[in-house]
Amino acid sequence: MLKLIKMTVNEKPVELAVDERESLLETLRERLGLTSVKKGCEVGECGACTVLVDGEAIDSCIYLTVWAENRHILTVEGLRGPNGELSPIQRAFIEEAAVQCGFCTPGLIMTAVEIVGSGKRYTREELRRLIAGHLCRCTGYQNILNAMERIVEETYKTVGKEIPGG
Amino acid sequence: MYDFEKIYQAKSIADAVAALTDDPQAVVISGGSDVLIKIREGKLRGCSLVSIHGIPELEGVSLEADGEILIRPATSFTHVSQHPLVQKYIPMLGEAVEQVGGPQIRNIGTIGGNICNGVTSADSASTLLTFNARLDLQGPDGVRQAALADFYRGPGKTDRAHNELLVGIRIAKADYEGFGGHYIKYAQRNAMDIATLGCAANVKLTPDKKRVAELRLAFGVAAPTPVRCSGAEKAAAGQEIGQELLEMVAGKAMEEVNPRTSWRASKEFRMQLVKELSKRALKQAIIHAGGQVASC
Repeated sequence: MLKLIKMTVNEKPVELAVDERESLLETLRERLGLTSVKKGCEVGECGACTVLVDGEAIDSCIYLTVWAENRHILTVEGLRGPNGELSPIQRAFIEEAAVQCGFCTPGLIMTAVEIVGSGKRYTREELRRLIAGHLCRCTGYQNILNAMERIVEETYKTVGKEIPGG
Repeated sequence: MYDFEKIYQAKSIADAVAALTDDPQAVVISGGSDVLIKIREGKLRGCSLVSIHGIPELEGVSLEADGEILIRPATSFTHVSQHPLVQKYIPMLGEAVEQVGGPQIRNIGTIGGNICNGVTSADSASTLLTFNARLDLQGPDGVRQAALADFYRGPGKTDRAHNELLVGIRIAKADYEGFGGHYIKYAQRNAMDIATLGCAANVKLTPDKKRVAELRLAFGVAAPTPVRCSGAEKAAAGQEIGQELLEMVAGKAMEEVNPRTSWRASKEFRMQLVKELSKRALKQAIIHAGGQVASC
């Protein structure tokens, strides 16, 4: 059955009819064209479809779109600056060569947004635990952790507890 | 697209209870991290769902007037472990639910779902058993209380009637005050895994911190449901802290559990884990309760 849903996606109000059996992953990719959200395992194990719902990272493959009513959704597309520039988190991933095939990257970047948004500092061991919900079959995670460490430290030093605009 | 027939989004507890009463086949869905995966696997194909997702009266942790801690069931694992009341009074529970799945799963998975699934591997279950947790179950005729220890009826089976909803998890002050506890999850991976065995030890010491005043020991995956080891607990009361105590408790615990062989591990390996993890969890629990165990 189709259901009318109102939500905010990447800071824009969106109103659309969705099938109530639809996952948020399907709505974002197929109805809204947000293809940074990757379809991987579809059972909440690989983290490729990670988006933020009201600031919390979730696997959008196991989240029903009907639950997103009146909530704020953020995907990698929403991190773009006013002139199309990359966010500091995305730049850190590039500078640390934390990307190989790129399939896991958008999900990891969204988890990084949640981590950086906490305004806290983390040890490498803590960061390992915090990215445990993502599978990357290329990099061996070392460069991803380097990027995470770099952005967490940079943010902590420059803006303290202020949340970066992504 | 998920293969379910329909979903009803309940607006309140009473609304959800009414919807369940009207539809004897409906399945309750809260965070979705178990139910949606079962649908994906085809186990609940074509089911109808009653969603309790996002009902505010089902979320949060509070301290009641008599010092009792009330955890509402749709509180996510993340919100349980980060809650100041949990960190202050029952840190062991926060540490246990921090070991569920991965961060994204903990952001949607709920502590009530963990209990109502009735699975023996639930990371919160053995710890809640050691806190003598009690459950509030609301049906069409009102709320009844049940001890968590009496709630499990077999693998995946609980005492929750079809049209009842878990609406509260309660831990009395006397069941957490003065206790120190520790939960160990043994799994094949450090994250994103289901426990091969889980062991929760919760201990209260005598004022001189030399003896056990009260021990509570519980396991997950050591039997068809999460279990307490009352024999080991009774034997430990009044005993002096030391290596002998740990060995004795481990030996008694092994007599009380009944693990099975599964693809994750053999019965023999799980028995070895019961023996070893009882000792490790109890030792750490004693330290958290202010005692010391000489290393050998």
